[in-house]
Amino acid sequence: MNTTLHEYRTGWKRGLIETRISATTLGDVLGFFLPTAIAITVLFFLRGADFEGAPVSLGSMNMPSLIGMNIVFGGIMGIVGTLAMDRTNGTLLRAKSMPGGMTGYLVGQMVSTALYVTVGAVMLLAVGLALFEGLDFASPDRWLLFIAVLVMGIVSVFPMGAVLGALIDNPRNMGLVMFPIMAMVAISGIFYPIAALPSWLQGIGQVFPMYWMGLGMRHALLPESMAAVEIGGEWRTLTMFAVLALWAVVSMALAPRLLRRMSRRESGSAVAARRADLQRDW
Amino acid sequence: MGHPPTSDGPAIAVSDLRMRYGDKDVLTGLDLRIEAGGVTALLGPNGAGKTTTIEILEGFRARSGGDVQVLGVDPAHGGEAWRARLGVVLQEWRDNGKWKVRDLVGHFAEYYRPYAEPYGADELLDVVGLAEQAGQRVRTLSGGQRRRLDVALGIIGRPALLFLDEPTTGFDPHARREFHELIHRLTDLDGTTILLTTHDLGEAEKLAERIVILAGGRIIADGSPDQLARAASTTAEVKWVQDGALQVHATEDATGFVRKLLATDEGAVTDLQVHRASLEDAYLGLVAAFESGTAEAGQAEKAVDSFLTN
Repeated sequence: MNTTLHEYRTGWKRGLIETRISATTLGDVLGFFLPTAIAITVLFFLRGADFEGAPVSLGSMNMPSLIGMNIVFGGIMGIVGTLAMDRTNGTLLRAKSMPGGMTGYLVGQMVSTALYVTVGAVMLLAVGLALFEGLDFASPDRWLLFIAVLVMGIVSVFPMGAVLGALIDNPRNMGLVMFPIMAMVAISGIFYPIAALPSWLQGIGQVFPMYWMGLGMRHALLPESMAAVEIGGEWRTLTMFAVLALWAVVSMALAPRLLRRMSRRESGSAVAARRADLQRDW
Repeated sequence: MGHPPTSDGPAIAVSDLRMRYGDKDVLTGLDLRIEAGGVTALLGPNGAGKTTTIEILEGFRARSGGDVQVLGVDPAHGGEAWRARLGVVLQEWRDNGKWKVRDLVGHFAEYYRPYAEPYGADELLDVVGLAEQAGQRVRTLSGGQRRRLDVALGIIGRPALLFLDEPTTGFDPHARREFHELIHRLTDLDGTTILLTTHDLGEAEKLAERIVILAGGRIIADGSPDQLARAASTTAEVKWVQDGALQVHATEDATGFVRKLLATDEGAVTDLQVHRASLEDAYLGLVAAFESGTAEAGQAEKAVDSFLTN
């Protein structure tokens, strides 16, 4: 039996079981639906707002951006959060104590987070198409683009989540990841076109995948004429894929090394120390 | 079906193991050899280096120096096949709380499949007495049930060597007895080698053939429970009732004394008891002796004697 293949297959099963468990745990289900519901509600009230005479409302414009944002946010925070929590409760150490357990665990988390993010994106898409006018999702080329951006997002963002999760070894420090991502949202043209920002902020925003994921989703869902609102007046499809791919390559190069380091440092006393640390603070 | 033995050597062979955190020496040249089969208990006061030792043996922690072989492999370079032959039960585990018990056991068994035929989930839950909780979520288990699940997950791949770190902390007496029976079954039926740490001297005495006492980063005593108790005290206390009065006599030769007593009592002696120092006395004596700085070879026993007579 090929052991590596077996580890991946077991990890895949773990991902499916984790997903099933989350889907039947009330807290997880609420945690999944509530933020999305709130965001949709906010956008719903923006249906009447216009941006400089653009053909669709600000609500319809932000809808695709929100999908892009959720993939980045859900992907990074999902993986960082699970890694931090599972290090405190010993799940990671348990994985380390089994043959191929660490690989299985990581594959499992990737699979369940990917399912989580994908279901979230498809749900938002369905709600968006039903509630907002002016979205264009009627042709196969748009479906393909949507899927390509989604997959590219997952591929570039998950290893980044793993890198950050490996660095943050205590749930207390989740804010160190959370706040920069919030800042990223603010300068990535998610809730308002990036063109409205000062150009130096636009420059910073365009470094990170958040902007490009929003752009990609707008490209997939908004009418062609909406490209006029974007930087340079076009969708910059190639640049988008290139930037996302670059992030994917960089973080995939870093992730295995950092994950190995994380795994190496895991021990019973490390878990106990982390737990004592948390209890002291709360 | 257990693992085929891949080496005929000892389960654990440690020589001159050293561990240093910053400028603090936790292990200062530990030598330990444990043959395959049987239960060895590792005792010692908090901070003696028990957990550090176990974590090094489990391959969870890098050591500062010395040679370590666990199942013939250096734990620092143990691969997945080596890992598959170990079972690990840590002090406290709260992992995978949302999973259902049977799902977790069944899934974890999968990881061992390339290396051994793991236990079936239901069979194993039966062995550890959790059959009724199979459909429950892990976090709803009581402390004792959770511990038995930990043991189940530790032995799921039919390990050649099982580490148990304070396995019965928080058990009620009933759960403790059931747990002890489980351990006996494992060593008797599967020939599993077990290394356990505990603070419960009674437990060590009941489970282990061999007791190793660790203090100040090295081994200060090593032997069967009986040997240790004997080493701690050469005198025994003989009690009996004669003519309605309780008699007590301390002697170095309890057997000889009792033989003489019964030969001359003309049937008047009743309720005869002989007490030797318990393992707990021995343990406390040895540790106290060590801590007062007199733990050099030979001096420990003298110190224990004076400790017991004071």
